[in-house]
Amino acid sequence: MFEGISQGIRGALSFIDRGRLTEGNIREGLRQVRQALLEADVHYDVATAFITRVTEQAVGDRVLKSLRPSEHIIGIVYQELALLMGGPANDSSLHLKRDGVTVVMMCGLQGSGKTTTCGKLAHMLRSRGVAPMLVAADLQRPAAIEQLKILGQQIGVPVYSEDPAQSSPVRVCRNALKEAKKAGDIRVLILDTAGRLHVDDALMRELIEIDNRCQPDQALLVCDAMTGQDAVNSARAFNEALELDGVILTKLDGDTRGGAALSVKAVTGVPIKFVGVGEQIDKLQEFHPERMADRILGMGDIRTLVEDAQRKFDEDEMRRAQEQLEKGEFTLDDFQKQMRQIKKLGSMGEIMKMIPGLGAVAEKMADMNPDQDLRQIDGMIGSMTAEERRNPRIIDRSRRNRIAQGSGTDPADVHKLLKDFDAMSGMMQKMAGMNMRQRMQAVKGMAEGGMLDPGAQLRKEKQRSKRGPMDVVKVREDRKKKRKEAKKQRKKNRR
Amino acid sequence: MALFDKLKGALSKTKTLLRTDVRDLFRSGEILDESRLAVFEKALIESDMGVAAADSIISELREQHGGRTVQIDAVWGTVKTQLRALLAGEGEARFDAADPLSPLQMAAGGPTVILVAGVNGVGKTTSIAKLAHFLQKNGRSVLLAAGDTFRAAAVEQLTLWSQRLGCEIVTKPQGSDPASVAYAGCERAAEAGIDCCIVDTAGRLQTHKNLMEELGKIRRVIEKRVPGAPQERLLVLDATTGQNGISQASSFSEAIDCTGIILAKLDGTAKGGVVVAIRQKMGMPVKYVGVGEKIDDLQVFDPDDFVEALFTT
Ligand SMILES: Nc1nc2c(ncn2[C@@H]2O[C@H](COP(=O)(O)OP(=O)(O)OP(=O)(O)O)[C@@H](O)[C@H]2O)c(=O)[nH]1
Ligand SMILES: Nc1nc2c(ncn2[C@@H]2O[C@H](COP(=O)(O)OP(=O)(O)O)[C@@H](O)[C@H]2O)c(=O)[nH]1
Ligand SMILES: [Mg+2]
Ligand SMILES: [Mg+2]
Repeated sequence: MFEGISQGIRGALSFIDRGRLTEGNIREGLRQVRQALLEADVHYDVATAFITRVTEQAVGDRVLKSLRPSEHIIGIVYQELALLMGGPANDSSLHLKRDGVTVVMMCGLQGSGKTTTCGKLAHMLRSRGVAPMLVAADLQRPAAIEQLKILGQQIGVPVYSEDPAQSSPVRVCRNALKEAKKAGDIRVLILDTAGRLHVDDALMRELIEIDNRCQPDQALLVCDAMTGQDAVNSARAFNEALELDGVILTKLDGDTRGGAALSVKAVTGVPIKFVGVGEQIDKLQEFHPERMADRILGMGDIRTLVEDAQRKFDEDEMRRAQEQLEKGEFTLDDFQKQMRQIKKLGSMGEIMKMIPGLGAVAEKMADMNPDQDLRQIDGMIGSMTAEERRNPRIIDRSRRNRIAQGSGTDPADVHKLLKDFDAMSGMMQKMAGMNMRQRMQAVKGMAEGGMLDPGAQLRKEKQRSKRGPMDVVKVREDRKKKRKEAKKQRKKNRR
Repeated sequence: MALFDKLKGALSKTKTLLRTDVRDLFRSGEILDESRLAVFEKALIESDMGVAAADSIISELREQHGGRTVQIDAVWGTVKTQLRALLAGEGEARFDAADPLSPLQMAAGGPTVILVAGVNGVGKTTSIAKLAHFLQKNGRSVLLAAGDTFRAAAVEQLTLWSQRLGCEIVTKPQGSDPASVAYAGCERAAEAGIDCCIVDTAGRLQTHKNLMEELGKIRRVIEKRVPGAPQERLLVLDATTGQNGISQASSFSEAIDCTGIILAKLDGTAKGGVVVAIRQKMGMPVKYVGVGEKIDDLQVFDPDDFVEALFTT
């Protein structure tokens, strides 16, 4: 599942490097990139348009003359993708009003994750010192009100609800707004609407009515990241009905490539603001276009990993490990500590997937249980004597058997651990003196066998020419601004 | 044509939708060239069947009709045959629409247990309610086991359905071990002589290994209480799902060896074509389709209707 686009691209482009570079085989290569995009669930028309644009750039002079054209083309693909997804200035702000209540309305298909996301967003706002209030406007799904109430209770946020038999979604929302204004300290009102099909006229009218009566400042579409080709249809319909202000992409904690992100962005033009990465209340993150480009291209989410690592790794522990490394000493004790740190970061599989090039490894690991392996490793190292930990070379067959017995593992497991450790300490020594980011890059470099680094390519690009890509960014930004202005005007006129 | 009619009904509610058909893409007497094939490719891809399945159909078309004057019926026939072949896989999986229970393996004695699983929000709980209704209508008594002990108000949701259905339900507080709920459900069904026990589970993404293991455990615990059960292990798939559906099908199958698919939310504009790829890759048949949020919005899967609907927008 993981290889997806990266393999597609690499396969396609390695062939360019091998053969003579012609416009023809660039096109052929990009045709394969297009197939890979389709496999990632990018909509047919969106993928076609995207490839047309990239082809225009790629068959240009510069690529033909550049030393490593495949890298250059990957750079263009990556860059265009990130730009399309929102570019460096992606707007993930909710534009809270300075005074008064900002109304945020969640909408989307059934089961996309609206209610959960309402809870997550409220939680995020509150932890930033903004007081939210949740509104149970889904009177359709059994126990939807109860679900929101439980979430509200969990995070200590008030939930406004009415008896569904006596009320209507529009009424609930209007009354909630009054209530919030009366309360005084509420700054954000989050409306949890019922899931609906974009082709259900009656329910879409209901949504428009809520939109008209409560005039939400932010109408957000909640979209399941696993959605296929149909994403364009629903996103277009919701956008036409409500003039969306943003999109939230959920369930990105799975192994979906998430091509729907590109589709939705392409048809609505509104920014993707947040992504949901788990069922728990704190699993909401700001959207980063480059990370999504990485993901769709199958290059791993290196930036998230670095950030997570920086936040969660115990500073002191890291510093000590760093010192050890600098001295070139890295013992099984350190190894165990590092492993424990990694455990704090989350499941191994998740981490592996985030490291570019390790997607394939993660897939190989699919039938193993990495988290259990971590526990096992912990157990095995725990069963060693201090001397053994310092100097694993002394571990012979009888010691190995003892360790295996002590940790309830197999002698073969102990053997494998020692071999892994050997490889790891070699790698660690190489990385001695590097900081976290450099180290991640080293891992990345190794994993890719010194292959492509689109980031590096982009950096080179900037140095070489101040025009080109930067101009593209600017043009896009201007266009976006104009669109925004037009929308504001439209909204004003409506009121 | 039950499904097709239902879909037509659902679609005609809307004013804006144009109804086109892949047959309109080709006019009789035109040459089937690459640009014509591209139009066709788009329709195939848009159904979510995936590049591989689409490619195999396109190649077939190219081989049989490429560069020639097109006979609509022949082209259409080729496509349909191809798709039906893909969908049927090994051994024709055709169920009797008149007997809504024909897709289910029922136990000879003791309760039949149906375990329902899938990723988050696909429609598991609702499909369970619909399935229970099917069983009841056909004279079977049903008990529900509220095995989603994770999501907020999941137990309440299923409880409300059980009240509407007028059937028994076994629950434990949120946070309980789902396997123990399943066990208690089977126990109660066996003791009370209830025909079918349907076990709901929390939505889980197939990449979360521990949650997939939990699912395996639920199955084993059920088997411990009722030998041979769960006879049916159904995977619920959302019709809007893209290529990730393949990963879902393979992982869930690995965990509980799924016996079939319920394809929910076919009442939208999504085609659910990924089941073509799933059928092709792992032979898992679609047994039912969900076509709405109400209790009787469930139908037995009919490959002919499905193929028909794939190209109707
Ligand atoms: N339009 C339509 N909506 C459906 C269908 N089946 C389920 N739904 C809706 O989809 C949403 C999610 O359904 P649930 O049955 O709660 O899904 P689930 O898989 O149990 O969800 P979790 O337990 O939260 O993972 C609800 O709003 C249902 O009403 C269907 O066939 N068509
Ligand atoms: N794994 C995962 N599950 C999610 C995420 N967001 C929501 N869910 C789950 O998706 C299902 C449907 O969510 P819910 O909020 O009830 O959807 P709604 O019907 O749109 O309100 C629930 O099982 C949630 O726990 C996410 O980011 N990751
Ligand atoms: Mg909801
Ligand atoms: Mg459920």
